[in-house]
Amino acid sequence: MTRREFLRAVGTFIVVAAALRWKTVVALAMKPRQAYPPLPSEVRRGIPGKKFVMVIDLAKCDGCRKCTQACQAMHFTPAPREWIKVYQMQDSPTAAPYWFPKPCFQCDNPPCTKVCPVDATFKRQDGIVLVDNERCIGCRFCMAACPYTARFFNWGNPSHTSEELATPYSPEYGFPRRMGTVEKCDFCPHLAREGKLPPCASVCPMGAIYFGDQNEDAVTNGQGETLRLSELLLDRAGYRYLEDLGTQPRVYYLPPKNRRYPAPPKVLEVSHAT
Amino acid sequence: MQPEQSADAAAEELLRSVRQTSRKGRLWIGSLVAVCSFGLFAYAIQLIHGLEVTAMREYVSWGLYIATFIFFIGISHAGTLISAILRVTHAEWRRPITRMAEAITVIALLVGAPMVIVDMGRPDRLLYVIRYGRLQSPILWDVLSIATYLTGSLLYLYVALIPDLARMRDQCTAIAGWRKRLYRILAIRWHDTPAQRAHLEKALGAMAVIIIPVAVSVHTVVSWVFGMTLRPGWHSTIFGPYFVVGAIFSGTAAIITAMAVFRRVYHLERYIALQQFRNLGSLLLTLSLLYMYFTLSEYLTSWYSAESIDVKLLKNLFDLHRYGFDFWVMAMLGLFIPTILLILPKTRTIIGITTASVLVNLGMWLKRYLIVVPTLQTPFLPVQGVPSSWIRYFPTWIEWSIVAGALAMFLLLFTLFSKLFPIVSIWETLEDTSDVPTT
Ligand code: SF4
Ligand code: SF4
Repeated sequence: MTRREFLRAVGTFIVVAAALRWKTVVALAMKPRQAYPPLPSEVRRGIPGKKFVMVIDLAKCDGCRKCTQACQAMHFTPAPREWIKVYQMQDSPTAAPYWFPKPCFQCDNPPCTKVCPVDATFKRQDGIVLVDNERCIGCRFCMAACPYTARFFNWGNPSHTSEELATPYSPEYGFPRRMGTVEKCDFCPHLAREGKLPPCASVCPMGAIYFGDQNEDAVTNGQGETLRLSELLLDRAGYRYLEDLGTQPRVYYLPPKNRRYPAPPKVLEVSHAT
Repeated sequence: MQPEQSADAAAEELLRSVRQTSRKGRLWIGSLVAVCSFGLFAYAIQLIHGLEVTAMREYVSWGLYIATFIFFIGISHAGTLISAILRVTHAEWRRPITRMAEAITVIALLVGAPMVIVDMGRPDRLLYVIRYGRLQSPILWDVLSIATYLTGSLLYLYVALIPDLARMRDQCTAIAGWRKRLYRILAIRWHDTPAQRAHLEKALGAMAVIIIPVAVSVHTVVSWVFGMTLRPGWHSTIFGPYFVVGAIFSGTAAIITAMAVFRRVYHLERYIALQQFRNLGSLLLTLSLLYMYFTLSEYLTSWYSAESIDVKLLKNLFDLHRYGFDFWVMAMLGLFIPTILLILPKTRTIIGITTASVLVNLGMWLKRYLIVVPTLQTPFLPVQGVPSSWIRYFPTWIEWSIVAGALAMFLLLFTLFSKLFPIVSIWETLEDTSDVPTT
């Protein structure tokens, strides 16, 4: 083989290799990208331009727990785990009892993400706090740190339905769940990407749960009623639970004034008032 | 008799435990190995089935493992810290006990730190702590400061061991080949020249000073794992010093206990005498009073100001049907009775002081449990509609077995250490002219 032949051979090889490479690049670019699950970088960043918020109207909630059931069905959550839980509250023996649905508050100053040693639970630009169960080491520091008992742990090997297993994992909905990792309410960002309400809001027969975007200043409930967030909070004296802890929840409550349902029975254990 | 001879005789006496192991000793080691193996077996079950096999659930998400972790890290303050303080202050009576104190530190860290791994839901992801580590998390502070402390105390233990290693290299001939090699390598050509001695003293002096703040930092950051949260009973500004005092308290008790045991078993009566017990006993008394003071200020302030969530915690803690019984057992066993034993001249004997120390260790372990569990059972929101297993907590046999295994491991490592190296620092004891035992 002469020197020239050799060089030509090498040149051809490089050209062919480059062409093959190019083909794969083109093929990859042409392939329609799967919408779900979103890329890990997107999951960590959040949905651009959004600031999700929830408003729960305690005057409307009658404690039927349909929100809890819908959430459990959607996330394949094993009972008695409740990502959104309806408490029966009474702030003092003389105060009025009321129903109190409680999801994760997606705090703006989240004590849970602060303490995570590996950034497995994180705060996104759109306000949502998520858990990545492919990263979580199961130290449960975040559970101890959350003042609202919003987090749950997969102590044993979770049982799965085939439907759950068929879905590729994403922190945006949190299943298939894995042993030894933490989970919690996630505001259903995978539905928000499609412009849909989370199941708790959409199934509430009383329309008590509003969900929306603070940047748009609008929240919508399951009845399709869309309200201006700022006005709603002003008119109805919206508040956040345990505001003095400084966690800055993204869930607002409207006090149970002029209730549309009979009051719940008085409870024995008096809850901690705000 | 010539002082030279008596020194040699003393060295010989102190080396005896290294040279031979009695039948009883072998039996002891064997039973420790058995308990350790059972602990490992329990851990294997936990690895397969997950933390489901423990009694921990959503509310009480930390339990016996974390309490034991704090306990061992507390014990670890015995050694290096106390031997460093005594070295810095030139307390001559420290000489026969520094070695065992330093060994306690290293061994307690080696056994205590893995308790956190036992508590992890995903021990397979342990290295994520390095790969994705966030310095903002108190867990990383723990990892860093415990790693520093372990490295520091290992070095400190080792450097102070070098002259004795050289002695064993030169004098122990009737031992296994691997041990000869071990001593030869570890003794790094030490020939006890005045220049080498000067270097050694200098190094030890410097290390003693450096190790003190590291030790203080360790238990401070351990306390901050709790102090940095918003939970009642944890979110307290005095938690750092409270934990540090508690650690030195239980650490001192651990040294006294070890002293008493080794004194009996290895017949060290001539080296470890009433003086050491009395001096450490006074330290223990001071720390006991200090710990009472911290405990009082911690609970009295929250009881008096009566913030609703604090009241809820205190009800749980002091209600005799909940933790009240355990709390008062802790206070009696861990604080009041030892204090009385340490004050009364009649009980300021070796037996009295040792009893006090054992009680302190028991009490302090219980106290750590009472720091971890009741707070977790005091959530801000009411506990409603959950299985009682979520909020009740009593460790399962798996948890007990693993903790028993850890304790056995601690004793085993300590025993093996005393079989490989002289448990009383020979060169330091001989150097102390004021106290050379005469035969
Ligand atoms: S409610 Fe709890 S889990 Fe949710 S963001 Fe706040 S602290 Fe974190
Ligand atoms: S349990 Fe998981 S998500 Fe929670 S702090 Fe630990 S690693 Fe982070």
